[in-house]
Amino acid sequence: MAAFAAARSSRGVLSAIKASFNTFANVKHGLAVAPIAQSHLLQHARWYSVSHLSVHERIDRKRNAALVGGGQKRIDAQHKRGKLTARERVELLLDPDSFVEYDMFVEHRCSDFGMEEDHNKFPGDSVVTGQGRINGRLVYVFSQIMDQAMMVGAPVIGLNDSGGARIQEGVESLAGYADIFLRNVLASGVVPQISLIMGPCAGGAVYSPALTDFTFMVKDTSYLFITGPDVVKSVTNEDVTQEELGGAKTHTAVSGVAHRAFENDIDALLNLRDFFNFLPLSNRDPAPVTECQDPSDRLVPGLDTVVPFETTKAYDMLDIIQGVVDEREFFEIMPNYAKNIVVGFARMNGRTVGIVGNQPKVASGCLDINSSVKGARFVRFCDAFNIPIITFVDVPGFLPGTSQEYGGIIRHGAKLLFAFAEATVPKITIITRKAYGGAYDVMSSKHLRGDVNYAWPSAEVAVMGAKGAVQIIFRGKTNQAEQEAEYVEKFANPFPAAVRGFVDDIIVPSTTRKRICRDLEVLASKKQTNPWKKHANIPL
Amino acid sequence: ANRGEIACRVMKTCRKMGIKTVAVHSDVDANAVHVKMADEAVCVGPAPTNRSYLNMDAIMDAIRITGAQAVHPGYGFLSENKEFAKRLAAEDVVFVGPDTHAIHAMGDKIESKLLAKAAKVNVIPGFDGVVEDAVKIAGQIGYPVMIKASAGGGGKGMRIAWNDDETREGFRLSSQEAASSFGDDRLLIEKFVDNPRHIEIQVLADKHGNALWLNERECSIQRRNQKVVEEAPSTFLDPDTRRAMGEQAVQLAKAVKYSSAGTVEFLVDSKKNFYFLEMNTRLQVEHPITECITGLDLVQQMIRIAKGFPLVHRQEDIPINGWAIESRVYAEDPYKSFGLPSIGRLSQYQEPISLPNVRVDSGIQEGSDISIYYDPMISKLVTYGATRAEALQKMEDALDHYVIRGVTHNIPLLREIITNPRFISGDITTNFLPEEYPEGFTGHRLTPEGRRELLATAAALYISAQLRSQRFMGNLRVSTTSQEQSQWELQVELEKKSHLVSLSRSGSSFTVSNTHARTHVEVDGGSVEVSGEWNLASALLPLSINGNPRVLQCLSRDATGQITLQYLGTQFKLRVLSRLAAKLTGHMPEKVPEDTSSILRSPMPGSVVAVSVKPGDMVAEGQEICVIEAMKMQNSLIAARAAKVKSVHCKAGETVGEGDLLVELE
Repeated sequence: MAAFAAARSSRGVLSAIKASFNTFANVKHGLAVAPIAQSHLLQHARWYSVSHLSVHERIDRKRNAALVGGGQKRIDAQHKRGKLTARERVELLLDPDSFVEYDMFVEHRCSDFGMEEDHNKFPGDSVVTGQGRINGRLVYVFSQIMDQAMMVGAPVIGLNDSGGARIQEGVESLAGYADIFLRNVLASGVVPQISLIMGPCAGGAVYSPALTDFTFMVKDTSYLFITGPDVVKSVTNEDVTQEELGGAKTHTAVSGVAHRAFENDIDALLNLRDFFNFLPLSNRDPAPVTECQDPSDRLVPGLDTVVPFETTKAYDMLDIIQGVVDEREFFEIMPNYAKNIVVGFARMNGRTVGIVGNQPKVASGCLDINSSVKGARFVRFCDAFNIPIITFVDVPGFLPGTSQEYGGIIRHGAKLLFAFAEATVPKITIITRKAYGGAYDVMSSKHLRGDVNYAWPSAEVAVMGAKGAVQIIFRGKTNQAEQEAEYVEKFANPFPAAVRGFVDDIIVPSTTRKRICRDLEVLASKKQTNPWKKHANIPL
Repeated sequence: ANRGEIACRVMKTCRKMGIKTVAVHSDVDANAVHVKMADEAVCVGPAPTNRSYLNMDAIMDAIRITGAQAVHPGYGFLSENKEFAKRLAAEDVVFVGPDTHAIHAMGDKIESKLLAKAAKVNVIPGFDGVVEDAVKIAGQIGYPVMIKASAGGGGKGMRIAWNDDETREGFRLSSQEAASSFGDDRLLIEKFVDNPRHIEIQVLADKHGNALWLNERECSIQRRNQKVVEEAPSTFLDPDTRRAMGEQAVQLAKAVKYSSAGTVEFLVDSKKNFYFLEMNTRLQVEHPITECITGLDLVQQMIRIAKGFPLVHRQEDIPINGWAIESRVYAEDPYKSFGLPSIGRLSQYQEPISLPNVRVDSGIQEGSDISIYYDPMISKLVTYGATRAEALQKMEDALDHYVIRGVTHNIPLLREIITNPRFISGDITTNFLPEEYPEGFTGHRLTPEGRRELLATAAALYISAQLRSQRFMGNLRVSTTSQEQSQWELQVELEKKSHLVSLSRSGSSFTVSNTHARTHVEVDGGSVEVSGEWNLASALLPLSINGNPRVLQCLSRDATGQITLQYLGTQFKLRVLSRLAAKLTGHMPEKVPEDTSSILRSPMPGSVVAVSVKPGDMVAEGQEICVIEAMKMQNSLIAARAAKVKSVHCKAGETVGEGDLLVELE
């Protein structure tokens, strides 16, 4: 608990930003708010003079006060930090004039440490909530309204910029956190939840973004950490800056906590609008299909030469992905973390698809702990929200070594296996080159209910590469080079898999887009259910 | 025995003539177009040219394996290598080109000059011998002087010096380049003709003593002595000069018993005096423009001559029909000294061959890699018209329709050259580029009218994309209110200036797709009407702007309103924002870009030849820090300011990519 409260001692950002958590308790007791607020009013001489105003006028007055939030001074302060106010953010994120605000009259009810003073009270305290539309589709903004979001089936977007718990509120704010966490958990898999971190987010508050499906950050102005540098210093004697400890770079490249980072508030919000278009509104809605001007039968001649002749030579899987998808548009998730696997959203003939691909350019595209976890979480999101999964396979296997084994590659690799196996959405797999060993099985193989599995002529489906295999099969024997050649002839091609029906067809790479689009159309009505269970027990 | 476009070009004619072809290739070229086009292909070694395309042993093996009867050398590589021609002759394989004697005589610049003099061809005053003391000789001839490799060609190992220092520096670099490119570091020095034109005569000679001249090619538009735009005929020559030059070229060809196609290069001064420069004993890169105006297939002629057939044409049969222009499309960044090589994978590639009277000679396709190992030429774009104006107009269209993505290319420069008033008037010299762009090439300069067109297009494109992102198929849970919008207020940023743009769309309110929707855009007081199909998936954006057809290209477009458009050849970055976003942009922090004056990054991919400094050294502004070789050109990188060297991140022999950190200064 200490960690929660001590997270951030400076409260400077408090009111102007309208942090997302603190009024949670108010919402819960929504009806109780007004009388309490009124009784406070009566204690202040300044309010006597206005109390004769009609309710109507008081509503207007309060609404206007709410619109300026913590006041012009605090708005300016926020701008000075290179950040926008909560209202400006919401306005940018949503379609013009579509925002419907809730709880504008909520104020905090904290009466300790001078917090009851009038100048410390603001209508719409700490948080702006409501619903609106992004490109015409419904979305809820901020978490207080999660119950309704789940009921109508619309995603929730949280724009987090919070100093943490209002220490003065004490245990009440802790209860507030837990309430949010619970709602995040209950909504998980029901409606997509996105967190955009736009300022400091410390202490307990960090667990809400961590529970949502996607966490995005704004470079240089946002931080996520359990405890700030001051506490780190006093506990572990480590010297670390906010940026190093929990900045966008740290979380997108090192910890894997955040999925992507954007340059500034405006870039982040505009990108979020774009990203939102990929998502279905809820688990009861199909993956969205937008108008598509890119012909679904377009041939991609570049794919015929993308895989180099030498099997040891790398290439960029993004070249394949961008060539295949609509208009080369690929929204990559976690582009700077575990780069040996590429995941993200794209469209095929207008329909949202999730793309998973091994990246031969980084660590030969092997599966390791981080890439398995990254892939697994993405696959599960797609499966939860009816998004077909296209998998491009060029995997030499799992990364060997003590650091991986000690780190639990068995347990983490199993997550990706589990995720692909339990997924019931359409699954299309293209083996572009290597598909070796257990990693072949994992990568959405036919054996894990892959619907359509293709191999390019350059595909090699085998237990392992020629050199390693020959060293084991012909241990201690001479003329291994000859055996290697024989192994290559026998296994380093798509035929062994094709004759067994493990791949459905060997295709000309340039026809890949055409094939996938056609298959997706067929699979659009796919229905598959797993055995009834309370929930599966994925190896966490 | 070549690669790329010229190998493809030769094979095309072979096919027409019913001749089977064998391609040789390096391992990285295994997937190349010329390999696919050939009936058979043989790998002759790894990527570096001296181990593959210059590897005579391997090529001779390939000839033996396949039983090839003749070898067309293309240009470059072994095309002017007498040793290679000799080895072919020894094995009774026909070399499609002149015989060894002519290659030898013309291949050596010193010897060729003496021969030309003897054949009564006009020559430039200079030093006819191998240079030992460059500064002394330069002083005797008088500045400016040209230093060039005796065995050279194509501008490699060639430098101009205006004083003693430059002579010393140029001599050193040129001899290194000459050694690495031609394996021969001998140099020669001659008087540099100021304000010259480079005009060359195509000749065709058979083995029976007949020779023809096929008119001239104007090749004055050059950068660093490499040709960029060529045309045939030249605007400058009158029939008498043309005949005089042609006859001298034929005299020279006959003097060396030349057979096959060859080119005699001349420098022509402003008084139409012409001087023999050199003779290229091979097919030239720019041969297609001669083919366009004469109707001859030069490769076919070469093959016939090699087989021993006499010429069928007489001099009076050679016409000048219309006008042809060739643009060399290079994978180069034209903003850096008119073109420094760039590399990459052609992620998208469409040649404008659907246009009439357009010829594209290329050896690449979508997905091809432009590597550091070979010449960065993408293609030769040739247009043809009854008049020069018509050919130029075709060239504009063709450049606008040419889609190249994934590598930086020189289309911006090409498009500026062919629309430059001085070029159109025909008033050009080999100094055209440095004279027209003394500060370096900076791309197309927008006129107020052009700026309005560009802003209007960006705004309309942005709105088209916005509208489309609201169109979900078969989804009932979409609010339809915003789709009815037909008026927008936007702010568009271009070249660091913001422009308010109001935009209204009129079109049937029932159509969900905005096909042919007319967009009326108010820009800074003026109004522009833009209409088009707005196909957001297409690389080309054919529009009608104020009723005039225009083809733009959308190179990139993202969620934050950043749009890159190719307009009149040049790429422009724009940013379209709603008024609200634009208003709030002011609050966003400025991101400080890295201070680049204290770090030296590689301007291109290549290999480090020499590093002249070590940490702790003091360098003066302009002092050489290191030398990078790319595409056989050595580029000396200099210090931007006087400073102490902090650290060196490269060493000689290393391969570096574009933007790699080389040296840090304090």
